[in-house]
Amino acid sequence: MEATQAEVIRQHLIDPEICIRCNTCESTCPVGAITHDSRNYVVDANICNLCMACVPPCPTGSIDNWRQMPRRQAYSIKAQFGWDALPAELSLDELGGSDASNEAALTSARSPQATLDGAGEEAAFEVKAYAAVIPPWSAASPYANLYGPKAATRSVAATVVGNVRVTEAGKDYDTHHIVLDFGAMPFPVLEGQSIGILPPGVDADGRAHHPRQYSVASPRNGERPGYNNVSLTVKRVLEDHQGRPARGIVSNYLCNLNVGDKVEVTGPFGMSFLMPNHPKSAIVMICTGTGSAPMRAMTEWRRRLRKSGKFEGGKLMLFFGARTKEELPYFGPLGNLPKDFIDINFAFSRTPGQPKRYVQDVMRERGADLAPLIADPHAYFYVCGLKAMEEGVVLALRDIASQAGLGWETVGPALKRHGRLHLETY
Amino acid sequence: MSAEDTVSDAAGAISAERFVEISYDEVIPNNVALGSDKQLQRALEGWRPKYLDWWTGMGPVGYQQSEVYLRTAVGVDPAGWAKFGYVKMPTYRWGILLAPKVEGRTIPFGRHKGEPAWQEVPGEHRALLRRLIVVQGDTEPASVEQQRFLGATAPSLYDMRNLFQVNVEEGRHLWAMVYLLVKYFGKDGREEAQALLERQSGQMDNPRILGAFNESTPDWLSFFMFTFFTDRDGKMQLAALAESGFDPLSRTCRFMLTEEAHHMFVGETGVQRTIEATCAAMVKAGIKDPNEVEAVRKLGVVDLPLLQRKLNFHASVTRDLFGSEISSNAAEVFGAGIKGRFNEANLKGDDHVLQDATYPVMRVVDGKLVAEDAPALRALNSRLLDDFIVDCQGGIDRWNKSVEKAGIDFKFVQPHKGFNRRIGEFGGKRISPTGEVLTDDQWNAKSGDWLPNEDDMAFIVSLMKPCHEPGKYASWIAPPRVGVNSQAGDFEYVKIA
Repeated sequence: MEATQAEVIRQHLIDPEICIRCNTCESTCPVGAITHDSRNYVVDANICNLCMACVPPCPTGSIDNWRQMPRRQAYSIKAQFGWDALPAELSLDELGGSDASNEAALTSARSPQATLDGAGEEAAFEVKAYAAVIPPWSAASPYANLYGPKAATRSVAATVVGNVRVTEAGKDYDTHHIVLDFGAMPFPVLEGQSIGILPPGVDADGRAHHPRQYSVASPRNGERPGYNNVSLTVKRVLEDHQGRPARGIVSNYLCNLNVGDKVEVTGPFGMSFLMPNHPKSAIVMICTGTGSAPMRAMTEWRRRLRKSGKFEGGKLMLFFGARTKEELPYFGPLGNLPKDFIDINFAFSRTPGQPKRYVQDVMRERGADLAPLIADPHAYFYVCGLKAMEEGVVLALRDIASQAGLGWETVGPALKRHGRLHLETY
Repeated sequence: MSAEDTVSDAAGAISAERFVEISYDEVIPNNVALGSDKQLQRALEGWRPKYLDWWTGMGPVGYQQSEVYLRTAVGVDPAGWAKFGYVKMPTYRWGILLAPKVEGRTIPFGRHKGEPAWQEVPGEHRALLRRLIVVQGDTEPASVEQQRFLGATAPSLYDMRNLFQVNVEEGRHLWAMVYLLVKYFGKDGREEAQALLERQSGQMDNPRILGAFNESTPDWLSFFMFTFFTDRDGKMQLAALAESGFDPLSRTCRFMLTEEAHHMFVGETGVQRTIEATCAAMVKAGIKDPNEVEAVRKLGVVDLPLLQRKLNFHASVTRDLFGSEISSNAAEVFGAGIKGRFNEANLKGDDHVLQDATYPVMRVVDGKLVAEDAPALRALNSRLLDDFIVDCQGGIDRWNKSVEKAGIDFKFVQPHKGFNRRIGEFGGKRISPTGEVLTDDQWNAKSGDWLPNEDDMAFIVSLMKPCHEPGKYASWIAPPRVGVNSQAGDFEYVKIA
């Protein structure tokens, strides 16, 4: 879940043409990412953790704008202060679209120019029109921002109680499963929420590093049930998009931790990417790489409930994409889950001698099984992984719905309104 | 998955987690532990039926049985205060919500600066504080009364919904002030709460306290200008009260500011959309000159010079609400730690006590405008007014961008601070929009060019034809760029009963 200098991020921006400078977002932001000058309200990409707390309170809708950007080119606050209008989306070429780690789901991305001003012949496909900002009705009530820059306590120390590799050995895909214990300190989290990691030390300019955010991979009652601990899925970042060596500060810090080390943590964050809890509710999980963390958390919670014999869950479907099966986190344990518990579909884009397959391709193949779930008000969809997969996945849902005669114009917006489609991409 | 073999939670824990929503049993949604304060609860539940009588008697005319797509606050966290859904207005859940308490907050200004914020009313400032709350509270129902006839001429269902949203939120702001009166001021407070429902906007015998709140809001252009300018005065006042040393008042006002933002939005975009419709019609008809008023009006849109006159009127009338530029009363409430400056806690560069500081105040001396340094404490109203003018300018600049984009040579400007004033340093003085001091004759000859005249008003009234079809807009106003809660363009914001 980490973005290094070379990765593509989903940058949160405010539309200066619609914003009325009312200060609501700035006063709402739990981490102090929003600031203003006499001209514009802006979001600091180094601080924003995409928690969405500012989105529902905005009276104008100007807050709900996103651009896919290489982190090193993210629009600075200073640049944003100068804007009269939002800049255009970068094209895939400008984003360095051929780069390996970003490739997992780029195929179906349309020309971003078409989304610019609606001037294209076909109306722009806006993913955000379908992405919920509210949780499912049966979600448990989350705690958020117990520790952070605006909370009474800035951070809390956790102890590393486990650090294991969950992918097979190989130089460019080293993913770790890290367990942090909070001891006596309260840190209640739900599946789908994330936590911030504050790395020690300072950057080249002598400033403290910004916290980085990771989705928890463990269910609500702990990685080990009944214990005050959480787990994270962390991919060690060793090179940038061009294959040049570039070490991700936080990911390397985390992957190198030893049992017994202390880590400063903020959070929890996230109020909407939460699982349904009512009986027979179905969950469709679509992810790439370490985007599997929240899916692992939800699956594990449902597995524990099922084992108790006192909860009747609905269908679970997982679409999981990676370059090869070797770099798929949790590949072994996933294979051991009963087929009548979870319907797992893998998509590998780099299997030698095989055509590239992306998650949306596999979703289309399973359209006959997905369509009834799109129509079912008790089925919820979760997408987590690289930003580039977002549009392809939602377009696949649209096409599957349309082919089944469901009428996407009605069904699509309802997914958002009913808190049924959740996107968390980076 | 985890290698650890696991045991499960008890089944009860699972079902319990589903029921964490706000309790709907309580008549009044709140985060002030109303349930455990029986005395307060009874006082408010007693007031509520009278409030509902007022709402049905003096609130919006018609549409009370229509389903309106409204935002309801059920909590103060981001997830709780923006619940959207269809509601019949009389069943709207007006609640009492205070911004979260900041532990260890101290009074940020005045004689008591640095002392812990008061959780109870300090005896020495009781009367002053009560008066301030009553004056603020009085404006809330007043604006609902002023706007009560507008529903019938709404230029779209979207705008009608925004009007009603503003109305119910003004109603909630009344609730907020009444909570403070009833909770902290005993019998006096209960009587004041009652009186807030008895005064009526524009009524001769028992009018609303402030002058501007006794003018009617006769048309939608006035409504948009009112929400842009006059509700912005409300915002400035609330922001100043949010700095208060009386913590419950501070917390109440901080939460109200988040709702006030919606009112600013309705005003700013309402005028903006009016400008967009005008510019688009002019461009389409090939009219370049904004002063070709007759030709522009024939297109069914509002000419830009008329909008400038409306702006002049509402800006100047609203400026009177700030009171006398030089005021010992303002000095006292600041010194006492009751009402701060705009953004007080974040102001840098002075001691927040202002004992020896000065502030330049503009006044008329010997027929000339001069800026004179006055004691900063006594000039606080003047300062808040200056902050207000700066705040207005941001929106006006954005309006001008629309005009510029359309390639039309016209620029909206704020009139001079002294233009058309009745209260304060410029009260009764004749000053042009550009700041020349005039004689009565000069004023009378020109004022029709500067303020809306009878022709203007008749033309505006002629435009006020209702447009109640989902997704359709009256000729003089453009559709919004984004729907409420990102709803689609043809969303039925009001299901008219």
